[in-house]
Amino acid sequence: MNLRRDVFQAIADPTRRAILLLVASQALTAGAIASNFDTARPTVSKHLQILTECELLEQKQNGREIYYHINAQKMKDVADFIEPFRQMWDDRFNKLEAIMKNYKPKK
Amino acid sequence: MELKTKIHAENGQHDLVITREFDLPLELLFKAYEEPELVEQWMGTKVLKLDNKKHGGYQFETSDAKGNVVFKANGTIHEFVPNRKITRTFEMENAPFDVQLEFLEFEQLTGATSKLTMHVVYRSVALRDQMLQLPFAQGINMAHNRLQNIVNQLK
Repeated sequence: MNLRRDVFQAIADPTRRAILLLVASQALTAGAIASNFDTARPTVSKHLQILTECELLEQKQNGREIYYHINAQKMKDVADFIEPFRQMWDDRFNKLEAIMKNYKPKK
Repeated sequence: MELKTKIHAENGQHDLVITREFDLPLELLFKAYEEPELVEQWMGTKVLKLDNKKHGGYQFETSDAKGNVVFKANGTIHEFVPNRKITRTFEMENAPFDVQLEFLEFEQLTGATSKLTMHVVYRSVALRDQMLQLPFAQGINMAHNRLQNIVNQLK
């Protein structure tokens, strides 16, 4: 499996996008983030690790707690790039594929 | 995981290439471009006109739930070679973008798979870059919208 830590792979996952949205409005601890999801805590931790490794999130120590902050500059790099455009075409082509798989020629 | 849809856009160029491999035989892939009812389904737009031939053309129109027209596009078809190639222009109406030129090439990979290569040429580098960012502006989903808001605050 390819474990390349690529920002575009990071934001391709819906849970990770949801995490970014949560943290975008305020810095949160891992526990506070996990409480927003039904997913098991270790799964959320794994997502946080990936987002941190691609620098979309930053960890900051505040007393005994570690807070996750969004890295705004990195988010801007993503926004400036072509991923949304690619996703738009990918969605369209996925739809095309699904429709044509069920296509029955008219008699 | 290998991405099924790829975009190749070099810095400072006024074109880009979109490639996609489909789990569909070539004929079925091409048919999705050929028949207006099918185009309507996968593009999510109304097809007012689709005249698939040399010197032909097309017109698309999308309305919102209230029936207001939110998107209109049209183009001229320059080449239409079944199961091989479509050359056409694309123009968004009521939008400040110049017309673009599109070369669509269809290839068979195996009996059950096929590939589409779409080469899109824009009038300028600036225009291409603007079009690349357009899905963000229109919002392809909520997450992207929210992220865009955050990003906009940085600008």
